[in-house]
Amino acid sequence: MAFKGAIEVDTQKCKGCGVCVENCPTKSIELAKMVNSKGYHYAEMVGDACIGCSNCAIVCPDSVITVYRVKI
Amino acid sequence: MNIEDIKKPENIVYKKTPILTDNVMHYCPGCSHGTVHKLVAEVIEEMGIQDKTIAISPVGCSVFAYNYLNIDWQQAAHGRAPALATATKRLNPDKYVFTYQGDGDLASIGTAEIIHACSRGENIVVIFINNGIYGMTGGQMAPTTLLGMKTATTPYGRDAKLNGFPLVLAPMIAQLDGTAFITRQSVHTAPAARKAKAAIRKAFEYSQKGIGLSFVEIVATCNSGWKMSPVAANKWMVENMFTKYPLGDIKDVLKQE
Repeated sequence: MAFKGAIEVDTQKCKGCGVCVENCPTKSIELAKMVNSKGYHYAEMVGDACIGCSNCAIVCPDSVITVYRVKI
Repeated sequence: MNIEDIKKPENIVYKKTPILTDNVMHYCPGCSHGTVHKLVAEVIEEMGIQDKTIAISPVGCSVFAYNYLNIDWQQAAHGRAPALATATKRLNPDKYVFTYQGDGDLASIGTAEIIHACSRGENIVVIFINNGIYGMTGGQMAPTTLLGMKTATTPYGRDAKLNGFPLVLAPMIAQLDGTAFITRQSVHTAPAARKAKAAIRKAFEYSQKGIGLSFVEIVATCNSGWKMSPVAANKWMVENMFTKYPLGDIKDVLKQE
């Protein structure tokens, strides 16, 4: 059984701390080159390797990540 | 499968709990306080005790915790949260009462209050955030600061002869008969955060059993005070803080029996 996932980041509330990037097992999250209105490089999903494990969301201090997951 | 097809409401596996308000937290990027607030909120949501929980916020960065969790709060004088929690719990024995304190609040000015609350065996939960520094006031030395650790008031590192030794509170209060559950956790990785959440839930459950005080210490980072990036601060914590403050359960009265 395999899973495929996706995340959605509340970019205006993200403070770009990078803790989620360190905790992603599939390297599917990175800090963006763009900044939000407060000047932080917000987190964003990259590639399609995300498995929806929620690791990024549970360590996010500002609770800005929503995780979606489907079985394939 | 397309990413946009996955992003549908029926596929949500993790989202922000409604116990957390929509206010943007004032904490610095990467601060452990935000993660611990979230874990407490998730435990309250899972247990369905939003209307039965009363929290006591301390003095320190987390003084504004009442802006972020949608439960009843009181705000205590510096270090006096366990005393206020004692009164709250005795007047409302059916409520879940917890204090949320940092190390400058609990281990320094509030040492007397926490030790006597533990000694009396009050049925409250104490969540203790230990980052080894006074974060709010600009990174001065706290009682929990490690030997050799540089802070604003110990620019050459903490020296035992001049500044004394770090205060390790959890084993001290484990000797007291009034404590039921004492554990030390961290939130720097996803497994650690999940364990910390389980420990917080256990502490809330123990507090309703009338067997004494539950104490959850979270070894945390203060990346602004430590003058590091959030990721580097987490790494430094693993390398340095965990040797003095090892993770794990220190006391569990129900497990011994």
